[in-house]
Amino acid sequence: MAPTVALAGNPNSGKTTLFNELTGSRQHVGNYPGVTVEKKEGTYVREGFRLHIVDLPGTYSLTAYSLEEVVARDFLVNKKPEVVINIVDASNLERNLYLAIQFLEMGIPICIALNMMDVAKKRGIKIDAKKLASLLGVPVIPTVARTGQGKKELMHSAAQMMHADHELAPLKISYGTDIDQALSKMEAEIKADNFLTDTYQARWIALKYMENDEQILSKGKKVNPELASRLEEAVRSVSHHLLSTLDTYPEAMIADQRYGYIKSILKRGVIYHKYDQNRLHSSDRIDKVVTNRFLGPLIMLAVIAGLYHFTFTYSKVPVGWLESFFGWLGSALSTVLPEGLLQSLIVSGIIDGVGGVLGFVPLIMFMFFGIAILEDSGYLARVAFMLDRVFRIFGLHGSSVMAFIVSGGIAGGCAVPGVMATRTLKSPRERLATLLTVPFMNCGAKLPVFALLIATFFAQYEAAIMFLITIGAWAGALLVAKLLRITVIKGESTPFVMELPPYRMPTFKGLAIHTWERTWQYVKKAGTIILGLSIVLWAMMTFPGLPDSKVLEFEKLRQTEIKRVPAMVAQQLEFAGENAELSDSAQNLKARLQRIDAAEAEAGLKSSIAGRIGGALEGVSRWAGFDWRTNIALVGGFAAKEVVVSTLGTAYSLGEVDTEETGSLSETLAKDPNWSPLTAIGLIVFTMFYSPCFVSVICISRESGSWKWGVFAMAFNTALAFGLAVLIFQIGSAFGLLVK
Amino acid sequence: MRINMRNMHDNQAGTIASIKVSGELGRRLRDMGLVPGTEIRIQGRAPLYDPVALRIRGATLTLRNNEADYIEVEVE
Repeated sequence: MAPTVALAGNPNSGKTTLFNELTGSRQHVGNYPGVTVEKKEGTYVREGFRLHIVDLPGTYSLTAYSLEEVVARDFLVNKKPEVVINIVDASNLERNLYLAIQFLEMGIPICIALNMMDVAKKRGIKIDAKKLASLLGVPVIPTVARTGQGKKELMHSAAQMMHADHELAPLKISYGTDIDQALSKMEAEIKADNFLTDTYQARWIALKYMENDEQILSKGKKVNPELASRLEEAVRSVSHHLLSTLDTYPEAMIADQRYGYIKSILKRGVIYHKYDQNRLHSSDRIDKVVTNRFLGPLIMLAVIAGLYHFTFTYSKVPVGWLESFFGWLGSALSTVLPEGLLQSLIVSGIIDGVGGVLGFVPLIMFMFFGIAILEDSGYLARVAFMLDRVFRIFGLHGSSVMAFIVSGGIAGGCAVPGVMATRTLKSPRERLATLLTVPFMNCGAKLPVFALLIATFFAQYEAAIMFLITIGAWAGALLVAKLLRITVIKGESTPFVMELPPYRMPTFKGLAIHTWERTWQYVKKAGTIILGLSIVLWAMMTFPGLPDSKVLEFEKLRQTEIKRVPAMVAQQLEFAGENAELSDSAQNLKARLQRIDAAEAEAGLKSSIAGRIGGALEGVSRWAGFDWRTNIALVGGFAAKEVVVSTLGTAYSLGEVDTEETGSLSETLAKDPNWSPLTAIGLIVFTMFYSPCFVSVICISRESGSWKWGVFAMAFNTALAFGLAVLIFQIGSAFGLLVK
Repeated sequence: MRINMRNMHDNQAGTIASIKVSGELGRRLRDMGLVPGTEIRIQGRAPLYDPVALRIRGATLTLRNNEADYIEVEVE
């Protein structure tokens, strides 16, 4: 197997750009086992030598606080890559070396890529790479990842390190007398007992005890509880001493000394600043406008509206192509396959199901492309900066806004890309609360339901009601997020502190790779599960079907109709092509036969499993004013919310109802004594809040890393929606509001 | 004069005097380069006056006001 090279570095240091530059299209994305952190791997090939390249998650440090840090550290320790390339942002050298120092403390062989040399130069920063290399004792290669400059030299030097085959002695920094003395004592004890030393260096273990590292502490307790408690005791006594004499903690002291060490290295002629370090650069001047108190929010509204428009308007064309392709495939197979269960399974179950999944693909591609532009350019961090104050109230994060907007915060989005958009959020609790509440937004598939009900019962208030629905969705989502954050996902908010990276022009290569890999992941993972579930849902709406006696009855009815007209008319209808002109009497017959077909479809649906569930639920759903027909439609809506209107049509014996033309269904509802404006409001609210469609549920499960949350979303949302619908219906009925 | 970072005005510069917080937040602040002795300058605030953005070691960081509360800054 090819030797492994790991890429490590701070976020925004150009790590991913370098990875793309090294591996090109020879890369794939997976997950680290058991966690949702992305694992990117690829192959570097040049002149016959191959290297396996792993892009570690971007981190600022090697503590055990964030999942990314634990993943990066475990990979380095367990997989022991031959070389670690540490990408360091030359324009931000001091802070970036903080991570490099921690690699050296671990005794990990690193090769430093001094990246973004062009940016550093523009900012009047001069760096003596050779001097830095000799002071740190590791190779330092200047690079510009965007142009590929220095790539060859970097890989050459990495390859040399691989062959050198010498153990790198861990870097020893002085952390002050108190800590140093304690560390030496602890190190000796650790060595004597071989405490965790087959995995880690003894001094590093002692250092992590001093830093209160949760992962090492819990490992230590398991292996040797007696020594572990002695080490903890040693740390406690140093802590106590430091707190009383210097008013500081060991971990703070250690960090101070690391920065001090970095400063002392840089001071020895490594770096030369032409200007004041904290002077404003062009990027900061952009920020003066873009995050301005008045202009900032306006620009943000425009950008968000632009992203929305881009995602949902431009993806319409390819979505249309896919829809017509699957439509064509369905009708083509309908003519080839004999009528019956197999045809129904393939056309209504498999093709409609898979077509439904693939129909999302252009949407997801456009959304990820748009978000990648905002993310890579640095604007997304500004959005989080500007909106954090609002979202924090509800236990969320400034970055949550993108997911809400994409899901339908502006009516007409889609929760599937919305759930996936939460990936830009790095705070675990805030992220979970966001991805559980984005399905409350009004996605495009809920709109036909609203349109139908509004047209039927509130025709003159259309705009006002749509506005209320949008506001209601936001209010509901934010309040539920707050509720979740103080109950099931409670816990302090994750520290917000983050970098506002300088604005950068995104590279097309980066955007394309980013978009492609995420879209492909969706197709691969969601596709297989959804195919299975589509078949199950199809079966629920089809089986057990009408008993033969019933089918015969409908057939008899049809025959009677045909016999009532002259044989010539029936023949004309039978042999007429699809678009042929029919005589009046033939048209009349056709309409009557269609009515019988529709009645049969209604009877079939009622006797299906879904229909029986709908009927059985009627006892409960009465509380909210829903009859069995509505129930079936809502059960169908779990497959995809688009189905609600068409299923309602079948249940009212109207045959197939086109979601674009619901005139006859609207008339039927208006006349039906079961329906009133109050029922309509109840159903609108229920549709807004009940279980996400199953594609969303699968995405929620995948993104949260557990099926538990997918099931939670189905159960909790449905309970919430039902509660609200019952409340509306009962209060409304009691006061006689909005009834017929 | 020592003041709390929350009370600094835009464009004001100073040197971090102390950071009194342990646990996750303390560590995150240190990882981002906020340690005593570091020079900072307030770059600006979000439209709702929170979070705050500051220049440090040539980079821009942002933190919430309630996180800035733990940071004491020595100013002119």
